[in-house]
Amino acid sequence: MATNDDFIVRFENVQKSYDGESLVVKDLNLNVDRGEFLTMLGPSGSGKTTCLMMLAGFEPATHGEIYLNDRPINNVPPHKRGIGMVFQNYALFPHMTVAENLAFPLEVRGMSKADTEAKVTRALEMVRLGPFGGRRPAQLSGGQQQRVAVARALVFDPDLVLMDEPLGALDKNLREEMQYEIKHIHETVGVSVVYVTHDQSEALTMSNRVAVFDDGIIQQLAPPEELYERPVNAFVAYFIGENNRLYGTVKEVKGESSVVEIDGGGGMIESLAVNTGGVGSRTTLSLRPERVVVSPTAGSMQNVVSGKVEELIYLGDHIRTRMTVSGNNEFIVKVPNAQGHATLKVGEEVQLGWTTEDCRALDAPAGAA
Amino acid sequence: MSDAVAGKDGDFSIADGQNLKQRLRKATSRARWQAVFMVAPLGVFVLLTFILPIAQMLFRSVDDPVVSDALPQTVVALESWTDRSELPEEAVYAALAADLKFLRAGGADGEGKSLIGRLATRLNFDTSGVRSTITKTARKVKKIEAPFKEAFIKADKKWGQPDIWASIDRLGGAVNSTQFLAALDLRQDVNGDIVSQPEVRQIYVTLWLRTLWISLLVTVICVALAYPVSYLLATLPLRISNLLIICVLLPFWTSLLVRTTSWIVVLGQNGVLLEALHLIGLVGEGADRPQLIYNMTGTIVAMTHILLPFMVLPLYSVMKGISPSYMRAARSLGANPTLAFVRVYLPQTVPGLGAGCILVFILAIGYYITPALVGGQDGQLISNFIAYHMQRSLNWGLAAALGTMLLAGVMALYWLYDKIVGINNMKLG
Ligand SMILES: Nc1ncnc2c1ncn2[C@@H]1O[C@H](COP(=O)(O)OP(=O)(O)O)[C@@H](O)[C@H]1O
Ligand SMILES: [Mg+2]
Repeated sequence: MATNDDFIVRFENVQKSYDGESLVVKDLNLNVDRGEFLTMLGPSGSGKTTCLMMLAGFEPATHGEIYLNDRPINNVPPHKRGIGMVFQNYALFPHMTVAENLAFPLEVRGMSKADTEAKVTRALEMVRLGPFGGRRPAQLSGGQQQRVAVARALVFDPDLVLMDEPLGALDKNLREEMQYEIKHIHETVGVSVVYVTHDQSEALTMSNRVAVFDDGIIQQLAPPEELYERPVNAFVAYFIGENNRLYGTVKEVKGESSVVEIDGGGGMIESLAVNTGGVGSRTTLSLRPERVVVSPTAGSMQNVVSGKVEELIYLGDHIRTRMTVSGNNEFIVKVPNAQGHATLKVGEEVQLGWTTEDCRALDAPAGAA
Repeated sequence: MSDAVAGKDGDFSIADGQNLKQRLRKATSRARWQAVFMVAPLGVFVLLTFILPIAQMLFRSVDDPVVSDALPQTVVALESWTDRSELPEEAVYAALAADLKFLRAGGADGEGKSLIGRLATRLNFDTSGVRSTITKTARKVKKIEAPFKEAFIKADKKWGQPDIWASIDRLGGAVNSTQFLAALDLRQDVNGDIVSQPEVRQIYVTLWLRTLWISLLVTVICVALAYPVSYLLATLPLRISNLLIICVLLPFWTSLLVRTTSWIVVLGQNGVLLEALHLIGLVGEGADRPQLIYNMTGTIVAMTHILLPFMVLPLYSVMKGISPSYMRAARSLGANPTLAFVRVYLPQTVPGLGAGCILVFILAIGYYITPALVGGQDGQLISNFIAYHMQRSLNWGLAAALGTMLLAGVMALYWLYDKIVGINNMKLG
């Protein structure tokens, strides 16, 4: 069993309120493993930055305790926590050169000039910016500034680095390139990283584990595959990847699965009971578009319903098909562009099938009766 | 060939042989002319109301035609006067008699008599006490006959001393530097050497030093008061900071005169401040009370108050643009709050600090109305004396010389600032 010593960071019942009226972070319990790359993912305003600021020491927790290396740090000022941080706008000091920026954390720790220089050089090489030490941050491109910010957060060998949407300001190609670069640095340096983003593909690409935030609560904490394959509630299913939603009422519970009558007269669907109440309760069925089979061979799928083709979008490797199923006209099916795939026409009625395991019965939508 | 080709020196020529640079110039000339027309009205205005008067002032500080206009023959005759321990020769006295007679008779334009008055005044500025020598001699000049030397000395014994002759010789050049020397408490003696003014006439060096000292002090106090306020304004939520900014700007919307005189109410002998201190027993009655106004203290307090917004605004605008994440970054990198401030925040406010200091210092060094109202004797600055020479003593030449030196000082300061901080680094708001 893991002891508290294996965790670099522990949040214990942490709450945060700015105005004394509403909680921005509600009862956060989260352990970060040593050497882990943990991502906080969630929509804007869900309290991710607030969590990071409490960890870095810039915002006090209203309630609860945060441990760093098993030491409570609620009363430790930021400069004594020894946590590296990469800010969204990089916060590189504009009046210092790149090398001076990198030397800053070493100087304030009283490191000798020679050691400082050696470390700065090594850090610059790590982010492939060797010749740029003499430049001002303003003379660098966005991607280069980003790398300097990462190097500065790592140059004083912290155990833990926090990054708050560090790639938000970069264009798509650069962002993907930097994702791999940061991931690579994490693996070589062995530092623990707590990373904040609202971009789910970024979270899935980079992380060991992802904590999905909504409304100040961790909705699910799991490795990327699990998050995608086995979301535990409707929010996670919706937020991670693409997802078809069908609403309905539980009619029968059969061990692991439940039979749901979907709204709009689509009939009975047998689904995996993940997060539902008993017979009669409302539920959301979640189904990945790539798991729906068009015109399945009879008897191969537990669930077969009919759908009407509304729109076809050719995307090369697959054809994205929008259909109306049981009154829901936003039902998406990805038809793979494989040999002998079904050719559909707009307006056509076809049969769609899926297995019980691929269809997850989750919590009811908020406000739905 | 239809494409543009590059010549070997990088010049481009186009198919029809025209140079690309010329083509570009032609294409942009319309925009250039538009720009000229847009600037022209302001340009003319500035020229007429600013550049010409300043040029005139610069010229007036060295332009001094009175003596050469009034006594042309004497000035020429004096060129032969080399041994300054002796009196000039008879010929010089004769020339003076001729000049004075000509002026008494109306001079070249019939204004000869008033020219005598101006001559007397001008010479009196240079060598005090010679006004009457000139006017008296001029009145009697009709009766003065050869030998002129004796006759002049009999008319006024000052003609028997070399001083007045040296004065006429010095001011005989239509362009001379006497006013600049006077502005530094210096003068030329009989032999033409530069020496200090006599002790009783030395005022300007003290004044220059006092002006510099007060300006510096006011600037430093303004920085000390404005820095924390601007920081607060820049970090508070916008709703509150806007309200406070109005409080800072409020003095701008009140008349300068009202603001200055209100200090008289506050700081006077029986003013609000001293009465309040008296009530809590900190100061006594009457003569025991410290003098807070009509002296240097009054000038410093009132000027600081009036110039404070000029420090707050540039500082505020610079601080507003400094993201709080810089301080956070510095803290997360291990710097304690003081170190983070000194190493990271302060350097980023230098553009605002520099602009504020330059602005306040330059305004302070030329300040007039506040010291005039609350400065008393020892709170007077150089501009008060410029005004005095413009309005009272009518020694415009000296006023111009003082003004020119003030202008040169400000320019020097500006140059120094550019060298040290860089003018591009200045942010005025
Ligand atoms: N300094 C602050 N003062 C008051 N409210 C704040 C402050 N910072 C954030 N909030 C509020 O807290 C909530 C969560 O914000 P934040 O942690 O920044 O979310 P995220 O980083 O996930 O977008 C938001 O509703 C935001 O308005
Ligand atoms: Mg955020």
